[in-house]
Amino acid sequence: MGSECKPGKKGSVSLLVVAGSGGHTTEVLRLVESLSHAYSPRHYVIADTDKMSEDKIRTLETSKNEMDAQAKFTIHRIPRSREVRQSWSSSLLTTLNALLYSVPLVFKLRPDMVLCNGPGTCVPLCVAGLLLGAAGMKKVLIVYVESICRVQTLSLSGKILYYLSDYFFVQWSTLKDKYPGSIYMGRIV
Amino acid sequence: MKTVFVTVGTTSFDELIESVTSQETTQVLSALGYKKLVLQVGRGAVLPGSDSCAGLQVNAFRFKDSIAEDIRDADLVISHAGAGSCLEALGARRPLLVVVNDRLMDNHQLELAKQLHSESHLLYCTCSTLTQTLRTMDLSVLAPFLPGQPQNFSRFLDQAVGLHTE
Repeated sequence: MGSECKPGKKGSVSLLVVAGSGGHTTEVLRLVESLSHAYSPRHYVIADTDKMSEDKIRTLETSKNEMDAQAKFTIHRIPRSREVRQSWSSSLLTTLNALLYSVPLVFKLRPDMVLCNGPGTCVPLCVAGLLLGAAGMKKVLIVYVESICRVQTLSLSGKILYYLSDYFFVQWSTLKDKYPGSIYMGRIV
Repeated sequence: MKTVFVTVGTTSFDELIESVTSQETTQVLSALGYKKLVLQVGRGAVLPGSDSCAGLQVNAFRFKDSIAEDIRDADLVISHAGAGSCLEALGARRPLLVVVNDRLMDNHQLELAKQLHSESHLLYCTCSTLTQTLRTMDLSVLAPFLPGQPQNFSRFLDQAVGLHTE
């Protein structure tokens, strides 16, 4: 875990934030709120079936922009890769579909970092980020923060991205014990 | 006016609404000095009327954009085990009693409520033990829930990406 990739040395870090929906959005926006203005521009990806997240993002960006007139942000919608309680086999198909949307989006935005916390949408976007690196075009740092709801077990996204992310955060020591490669610094949302 | 706020989140939990408005429970609440019962019932089939509980003023609704005000105005929050509701009540520093829906097995949301209970941030029961729990509860044993520290995350990340490295 960890990376020699230091995009901050050029002064700014472009960020792709996977907002997902509902509680995931609230949590990830608390993390974004804590980041300095060096993390710019910020590109948000939300599920196309999500109504609430866009309002929450605009509220956050308005408060951030009061301190920084030059801050830039964009919002993008992609198909949801997995609805709650969807079966595994149909999840696979919708995830592949989401990947078809994720790859062109990530290749166009070329973020330095993908930040996510577990909605189904984040796996295809992180995979797209890895493909950008594999194609030799740009190393994209994958930062995953497991939701505070997860105390004993990782979410499905977490189980996959534990192996694919550069920095993997958990918020309970029980998970740190089970996943020694993770980073634990108490509750961070 | 001493108020209890009951919230079931985005789904339904009729058993909780029925338990909390039962004669046995409302008598206990009255004895504890509560005068008002506010119920967020979600998609449930049970929507109690304003005079459904003797001795308590009842105000039931399905959904609101924000329940922050109801939480703030409450002296006790009784909630389903949903993470969002638990964190909102604890974040507002309100005494919280979580009622687990034992008909929903294998619900990962329970993980958080159980953990917060083991750290004494909330009380924990099922519908069948609700009355007994209310009767014997001691809210003074609850430990305050301190907010998370996102600045630890941002500090770590700044260093990891090579920003502001002195």
